[in-house]
Amino acid sequence: MASKTSHSKEFLKGLWDENPVLRMLLGLCPTLAVTNSAINGFSMGLAVIFTLVMSSSIISIARNIIPKEVRIPTFIIVIATFVTIADKMLAAYVPDISKALGPFVPLIVVNCIILGRQEAFASKNPVGRSIIDALGMSVGFTITLTILGSIRELLGVGTIFAVQIMPSSFEPWMVMVLQPGAFLTLGLMIGISNWLNARRAK
Amino acid sequence: MANLFIIFLSAVIVNNYVLVNFLGICPFVGVSKRIGPAISMGLATTFVMTLTAAVAWLVNRYILEGLNLQFLQTVSFILVIASLVQLVEMFIKKISKPLYDALGIFLPLITTNCAILGVALFLVLKEYNFIESIIFGFSAGVGFMLAIIIMAGIREELELADVPEYFKGAPITMIVAGCLALAFMGFSGLI
Repeated sequence: MASKTSHSKEFLKGLWDENPVLRMLLGLCPTLAVTNSAINGFSMGLAVIFTLVMSSSIISIARNIIPKEVRIPTFIIVIATFVTIADKMLAAYVPDISKALGPFVPLIVVNCIILGRQEAFASKNPVGRSIIDALGMSVGFTITLTILGSIRELLGVGTIFAVQIMPSSFEPWMVMVLQPGAFLTLGLMIGISNWLNARRAK
Repeated sequence: MANLFIIFLSAVIVNNYVLVNFLGICPFVGVSKRIGPAISMGLATTFVMTLTAAVAWLVNRYILEGLNLQFLQTVSFILVIASLVQLVEMFIKKISKPLYDALGIFLPLITTNCAILGVALFLVLKEYNFIESIIFGFSAGVGFMLAIIIMAGIREELELADVPEYFKGAPITMIVAGCLALAFMGFSGLI
């Protein structure tokens, strides 16, 4: 690559400018489905960090020997393998969280963030940069999910990471931890991030 | 028979795929600007879902369980779906040109629709038999179609509404979906 952007910039773009959830609207299904508490959102994020970093490095190493015509199936097989590993690890070490996330762990396979990064970045760049890019994207994803989960947990149950925050007189908004809360909170978060971005651009 | 009807009603309304289970959100947001494409997308999805349910059940029962290879579930299901979509595309192109033109670009998109993989995973989780699986796949597709058509109808009207600038597009779609989900919650307890 001719113009070398610095490594820190490569990492930081995933956190805000190209944040997969808020700016690019990728991976919305797990974002909405598992963020009924901060810890669930955070664990989902960790599973995605693992899968994305591992598959990006493998794809990046093999980028010159994968034929162009069958690259998508190849990516999917690599991703599915790491998702299976992540799924089995969660089930073995943290069965409670694995149960709470349910089929959404195997569904990471069809998370467009992961396939998108392979197609757009890992298959064209050397290993080091691909890993940094993967880390930035997945950390951005994790932070967004944790914030979303925290907001919903705070308003819906009155806690964050199961620590009581709201005074006991606070009447929990049950709807926030149910399905509508996910759509409403995410809609507001995307709107606010649009507003912040427009303000920063000025 | 009553059992099958309950599966149908549950997948279409009570546990609607999009609004209650959060599957297939990407096409739900992406292809819901106009009613026409939304119907095509819904039809294509229903078609592939029904087929996937049948094939995934067979693969799971006779290959994965038969050989004790359940840990390969995710990998084999995604392969089944990818090849099925490819096959369906070629098949439709051959036998019905108008249908192909109508569904055309939506078919490849379906491979990465998590709702399809979701059907395959759910039918194993819920231990449905062959007939139940097919009904489940079909009704999940109908549920998806219902949600995306309602959404497209609302969004066509929404274009005339005075939406704050930063909330145009995705944010307002999410908020409308939230209201829809709220409405669908009214169906819980129906079964």
